[in-house]
Amino acid sequence: MTPLRTTEPPDGLGVDDTAASGAGAAAPPAARPRRRFPTHLIVFIVPAAAIYTIFMVYPLLDSLRLSMFAPRDGVQTFVGLDNFVHLLTDDLLSEAFWNAVWNNLVFFAVHFVVQNPIGLLLAALLATPTLRGRGTYRTLLFLPTTLSVVIVGFIWQLIISPVWGFVDTPLLGQSSTALVTLALMSVWQYVGIPMILFYAVLISIPDELTEAATVDGASAWTTFWRVKFPLILPTVGIVSVVTYVANMNAFDLIYTVKGALAGPDFASDIMGTLFFRTFFGFQLQQGSSTMGATVATMMFLLILAGVLLYFYGWQRRVESYQL
Amino acid sequence: MSAVSTPVRGVGRSPAAGRPWRARAGAAVPHLVLIAYVVVACGPIALIVMNAFKSRQAIFEQPFAFPTPDTFDIAGFETVFTRARFELYFLNSFIVTVSTVFLVLLLGSMAAFALAEYRFAGITVVSLYLAVGIMIPIRLGTVGILDLMVRLGLVNSLAGLVLVYTAMGLPLAVFVLTAFFRQVPGDLKDAARIDGASEYRVYALALPLVRPGLAAIGVYTMLPIWNDLWFPLILTPSESVRTVTLGTQLFLGQFVSDWNAVLAVLTLAALPMLALFIIFSRQFVRGLTSGAVK
Repeated sequence: MTPLRTTEPPDGLGVDDTAASGAGAAAPPAARPRRRFPTHLIVFIVPAAAIYTIFMVYPLLDSLRLSMFAPRDGVQTFVGLDNFVHLLTDDLLSEAFWNAVWNNLVFFAVHFVVQNPIGLLLAALLATPTLRGRGTYRTLLFLPTTLSVVIVGFIWQLIISPVWGFVDTPLLGQSSTALVTLALMSVWQYVGIPMILFYAVLISIPDELTEAATVDGASAWTTFWRVKFPLILPTVGIVSVVTYVANMNAFDLIYTVKGALAGPDFASDIMGTLFFRTFFGFQLQQGSSTMGATVATMMFLLILAGVLLYFYGWQRRVESYQL
Repeated sequence: MSAVSTPVRGVGRSPAAGRPWRARAGAAVPHLVLIAYVVVACGPIALIVMNAFKSRQAIFEQPFAFPTPDTFDIAGFETVFTRARFELYFLNSFIVTVSTVFLVLLLGSMAAFALAEYRFAGITVVSLYLAVGIMIPIRLGTVGILDLMVRLGLVNSLAGLVLVYTAMGLPLAVFVLTAFFRQVPGDLKDAARIDGASEYRVYALALPLVRPGLAAIGVYTMLPIWNDLWFPLILTPSESVRTVTLGTQLFLGQFVSDWNAVLAVLTLAALPMLALFIIFSRQFVRGLTSGAVK
């Protein structure tokens, strides 16, 4: 989705000087040739910008601000980074926090390792030029993605429940298998997204490229790995970073299947469930909006770290090709 | 499958042409793998829908059998509608989803039109400001959102949900639709302007030309909203404004041992989006492939 912006500037320029329709003809084409105050610009942009600012940007900034406050004698008082120090040093809290971070990374790793190969295989098969029934396959393979996480969680809970007896081990009940099982449920649901994105790249590869390789005597296998795969790599990066962001604030699946306590014994606790418990409280612990905001800020930093790692560690090294 | 028995076009050019058997087998392999994965992807859904229409005994004894006149039973659906107000939850989800999609498409396309059409001071800043929201999950601002909703008196109101979801959907909508608007031919807009059309009229003229983008963004906005559990759980927990997803979640917790009811509620909750996606999947894929990726 990223390369769009860079490909189009000439168009914008062209539109601009024609919009002046004669009056601004003397002005240089790059200058702003508008005569009147651009009311329509305000009308077009302000509604979207306002809703976005009030209901997304402001609450996000407010949460960042709250993470540096704490209730003292019933009044919210500025405490600097005390909440963060508390989160990272308090015995109980820091243990829960690092457990959630680690579990979340495992949750993502399972996605990364499983969904990319499956997505790539399915996309490559869908893009076979002679394939019949492509549209039907595409729709059917994408169906799980359209379901609610609540439904996915329960479908799999029923299927692996001992009552139906397809699986003997209580996969969700053991702390060694619960997290990976949940991650695989999530992969099952979302594998359609990498598949569609890889597929989109594959069908956009011009025939001349693959034909040239075939003429040179390359087998289909070689063509795939030497010609097509390098073109897909940038998309692998995009899919991974999007998955990372989504996983870092995942919540619904774990909450549906294991509840806010993310059992057994917090084995499936991730940042989203930790955030929920810290904010709203659980069992004997009181909920706290400021500590909730602190956890949310840490989630933000983790996401930021992942995104930066992608931009500097991956995107710069993987070459993108303009097709 | 039909592909095995029909001659395969295009294979003739490949080196395998001299060995028709291997070529045919080669053409069948993609179908075998794809069908196998279709079973993995759709099997569980089919299993749930199928068993929702069977009697309790049949669910446990022959989970893989289709419902027959003997085993047909809709007791589960009766439980769902007598014990919970699912028609109300559907209405709530419908209102929230449709209002949000409408707002995202209208406001998003207006902003995208302006960003694609005009050059003005600060355009880069505005574009970047809106684009940042694509990568930052709105959930991280939940503490602030709940606080804001309490102050605005929008807790337990569908309007609150709509506003939050609209804010969540706008960044991507603006980003993708800007790319679509840039592809609208300039001649058309100029012709309208020469005829004296206002900028609003030009926007209205350009809008139908980005329909693939609108369809893709529509589907893309709709799915996570209809399926969201987080914000309904936090912002609209009371019964009168409950959405399907939250209603399902609560119902499942309550009726966990009544398999008929559980299967019925899962079927009911899944079907609307499944049906809509099957109808719109072509637009969705086309939007992703031509507008957003290539």
